Amino acid sequence: MQDRLYDVAIVGGGVIGCAIARELSRYRLDVVLLERNAEVGFGTTKTNSGIIHPGHDTPVTTLKGRLVVRGNAMFDQLQRELNFGFQRIGALTWVRDEADVPVAMDLIRQGLDKGVPGLEWWDQARLRREEPNLARDLIGAIHAPSGGVINPYEFAFALIESAMKNGVELRVDCPVSSIGTRDGHLEVGTPMGPVAARFVLNCAGVHCDDIARMAGCDDVRIVPRKGEEFMLDKRLHGIVRRLVFPLPNRKTKGTLIIPTYDGTIMVGPTAHDVPDKEDVATTNAGAAEIFDYVGRLCPSIHPSDAITAFAGLRAVSDTGDFIIGPTSQKGFLNVAGIQSPGLTSAPSIAEFVRDLLCDEGLELQPRADFDPHVEGPPRFATRSHEDQDALVAADPRFGRIVCRCELVTEAEIHAAIDHGARTIDGVKFRCRAGMGRCQGGFCTSRIVTILSERLGIPPEQVTKRGGGSWILLPMDDAGGGDEAGGTPDGATGAEVEAC
Amino acid sequence: MLGRLQNRYDVVVVGGGPAGLAAAIGARDAGAGRCLVVDREPEAGGILLQCIHSGFGLHHFKEELTGPEYAQRFFEQALEHDIDVVPESYVSGIGIDSDGTRRVRVLNETRGLHTVDCRSVVLAMGCRERTRGAIRIPGTRPAGVLTAGLAQKFVNLMGYLPGRRVAILGSGDIGLIMARRLVLEGCEVVGVFELMPYSNGLTRNVVQCLDDFGIPLHLSTTVTAIEGRDRVSAIHVAPMGPDGRPDLQRQRRVECDTLLLSIGLIPENELSASLGIDLDLVTRGPRVSSTLETSLPGVFACGNVLHVHDLVDFVTGEALRAGRHAGEHAQGIRMARDNITLVAGDNVRYCVPHTLSTGREHTIFMRCKEPMKPCEIVVGDRMRKRLSFVVPAEMIMFTIKPDALEGYHEDTLRIDIRPLEGAGRRATDAAGQGGAA
Ligand SMILES: Cc1cc2nc3c(=O)[nH]c(=O)nc-3n(C[C@H](O)[C@H](O)[C@H](O)COP(=O)(O)OP(=O)(O)OC[C@H]3O[C@@H](n4cnc5c(N)ncnc54)[C@H](O)[C@@H]3O)c2cc1C
Ligand SMILES: Cc1cc2nc3c(=O)[nH]c(=O)nc-3n(C[C@H](O)[C@H](O)[C@H](O)COP(=O)(O)OP(=O)(O)OC[C@H]3O[C@@H](n4cnc5c(N)ncnc54)[C@H](O)[C@@H]3O)c2cc1C
Repeated sequence: MQDRLYDVAIVGGGVIGCAIARELSRYRLDVVLLERNAEVGFGTTKTNSGIIHPGHDTPVTTLKGRLVVRGNAMFDQLQRELNFGFQRIGALTWVRDEADVPVAMDLIRQGLDKGVPGLEWWDQARLRREEPNLARDLIGAIHAPSGGVINPYEFAFALIESAMKNGVELRVDCPVSSIGTRDGHLEVGTPMGPVAARFVLNCAGVHCDDIARMAGCDDVRIVPRKGEEFMLDKRLHGIVRRLVFPLPNRKTKGTLIIPTYDGTIMVGPTAHDVPDKEDVATTNAGAAEIFDYVGRLCPSIHPSDAITAFAGLRAVSDTGDFIIGPTSQKGFLNVAGIQSPGLTSAPSIAEFVRDLLCDEGLELQPRADFDPHVEGPPRFATRSHEDQDALVAADPRFGRIVCRCELVTEAEIHAAIDHGARTIDGVKFRCRAGMGRCQGGFCTSRIVTILSERLGIPPEQVTKRGGGSWILLPMDDAGGGDEAGGTPDGATGAEVEAC
Repeated sequence: MLGRLQNRYDVVVVGGGPAGLAAAIGARDAGAGRCLVVDREPEAGGILLQCIHSGFGLHHFKEELTGPEYAQRFFEQALEHDIDVVPESYVSGIGIDSDGTRRVRVLNETRGLHTVDCRSVVLAMGCRERTRGAIRIPGTRPAGVLTAGLAQKFVNLMGYLPGRRVAILGSGDIGLIMARRLVLEGCEVVGVFELMPYSNGLTRNVVQCLDDFGIPLHLSTTVTAIEGRDRVSAIHVAPMGPDGRPDLQRQRRVECDTLLLSIGLIPENELSASLGIDLDLVTRGPRVSSTLETSLPGVFACGNVLHVHDLVDFVTGEALRAGRHAGEHAQGIRMARDNITLVAGDNVRYCVPHTLSTGREHTIFMRCKEPMKPCEIVVGDRMRKRLSFVVPAEMIMFTIKPDALEGYHEDTLRIDIRPLEGAGRRATDAAGQGGAA
């Protein structure tokens, strides 16, 4: 494999790396994507607000301000081709003080200039009619109908699947540790040996500065800015129908109420710079901050409604903007500082990078056989009774429910594995098994067993999300077990069959 | 006959745990014709199949059985009663026709989505465990945080361990039993941490599973954070302060690779909710009449789906009764409507059933809010019953004889648990034997 010279090696399989991989798969190129985790999309791509921003709030003077509107517009076609969860539910940017109305009007003008479709001002009466559960003291809002919600991990999974279908090679569990030059091309060091490529794209999220340094480019600075998000109980489904934003401040888009694609209401994120690039811990302080704010915006939301929380890290660059372009190292390009609206801009960033590569001398010959489509997951739970019956007749594995909370069948677990899942989280984020109320209490053991059979590994090698995230250990691994003695009341495990 | 699924039954039971099996037996004993038990697992028996420790059946069979042995007895009885027990089949919904026929949608690999018609339905879906989300522990989200019941499944059914160095949050029975089990398998159990000032498990389990093995039980203590990127590396624990919040000044770090949660069970009532059945906000199970009938006529409930039981023997008793009433209903026998609503009064968290009728004997299940000893149950002005102690972990069962309600004309009947004269102190250290029940 060492002898092979790739046209492009992409470092990092977040939504950005995956979108670029898919874009490049339209052309006759040899492309490899190197991801340090067990699967793609397990970085910031999995832990964000899942919003496809309309883009009126980012000034056109910035690169992100230019890419976001184009990115947003690309999602309808992408969704038709790739079948991920996405819906345009509309976004509201609310105003509480009369003094802020001119600011809102400026945003509307800025948005219209940039081509954000359908922006309009809703006065208090309209706002109350459309969103009756928001605080009564809001005086109006900007309505942006192109705002949407997405399941970001599904998007990343679909992008890489499409890319691979069209010839891109994916290497997971493959942390890049060095980047050098050799015989006029770049050489990327990985635990599986060096990878030679004409172009290397740095899409490593919060680690972009580390990767740039490996390539001898010391010009990128990334500060991780943590955002904590809180998912709320089903009780609150429908409490707002649209995305709810405050006016943006310099640092963030503020605290939001997000009716996610799956219907669950989410609130967040916080925005605090942290020193540690692995720090994705949620905190009590974060919860207090968010619920304090949201309580004033939507009084029926209480801290006790939080059912789960997570945190993600924004890769904030020292320029505050996306840093996309060639570097002092020939062939090495940064796609760095991709903070919000990075998810929204992923498809337009991919086009932008494609054009940059072309400028840098990469020949782009379209593939005649490019197939833009990938099948979505089968989603038994959402089918009609007739469809369900037909599915079972065609494949009896649809007749075996594995996850009872989300009604996920054994066939869907296998489909998730067919489509690339290698871990418990990979299965969960592809087919929802374990995402429901019991959080995997009933189905984890079944999924471990299926993964172990399908991947041909013993159960103790099945992980939650790769690396050291093991789930269980063989019996004799605890040190000095006393199995023969049984329990004091006479029960032993010996006669119990494995399930 | 195992596995055969007919189109029409008198009684269909959803869930083949101890409750479901006993309910079907009760229905047959009451004279019902064809009865069906549907369970989604490969074998009937419910949660009992993973409870391989002994201690089951002391009340019902007057002998000590393991969970699978207890389940096996009922399974055999069900076959003797000519009940169809169909495993690997999932009840995905229930519809009600205008003529009152209940249509149960059963999904399995051989029949696809198959509709079974019946006259009565018994809900016996059991419960699930509360998860980390329910208590919102801050920190990271590594592998190694799991419910005690899942750990029990790993150990007892798969033959694997959940980790090497284990901390347990919550002192529910499953957690206590798993503490002992894991120590016997060679794991190190660093401690059981309980938010309340008393254990949430049966006293006998605290003694037999923790004390006998030298596992420390830290009361009034909770887990305040989880550490670890891929796998749990430590937890932070803190004692509860006087303001009811963890005292973070006294927080300490405990190294471990596993955190088991034993923080309570929740009845599985999504199916009931989809039928529009009235649910009790406290038990999180259906509201039921004295015949264990839900707000939907002809639909009955029993076992952990109705309210969380701590002993399977009580599940069996309740399920036999629910089944009997379901069987009678299927034969067109109708009881007089209940005319009294029970009200949970002082120190009563809930009572089941929710309504009673005069002229019949009633079995009441209830739980207290706080430990108390000695005390008495006061049923309106009708009856009193002395107890040496009550604790929230131990369900209280008592009967109201028909004559107790004779001539009672009120719409409601209030039940209180009151300290006995001059003895109002909290029994946080209650260790008496068999106070209730
Ligand atoms: C809280 C929060 C909310 C957000 N909300 C939104 C939103 O609503 N809408 C929106 O448009 N944007 C949003 N964003 C921004 C958006 O999530 C990001 O811009 C986007 O996910 C960035 O994708 P990425 O591929 O650059 O990064 P990542 O997903 O982090 O991908 C980088 C990948 O590189 C890999 N990697 C790192 N080092 C190496 C190495 N040495 N070798 C190999 N691989 C390596 C990582 O494992 C990772 O998979 C939000 C961000 C946060 C934190
Ligand atoms: C992990 C755990 C450990 C326990 N350990 C003990 C113990 O040691 N001692 C003790 O006395 N009690 C124990 N209990 C309590 C125990 O659950 C009860 O004593 C008893 O098992 C309850 O019986 P059940 O039939 O109501 O519920 P379960 O035993 O839970 O049975 C319910 C059955 O219904 C099935 N089901 C649910 N929904 C559907 C559907 N839609 N379609 C088809 N089938 C369905 C389930 O698969 C299950 O088999 C434990 C409970 C749990 C959760």
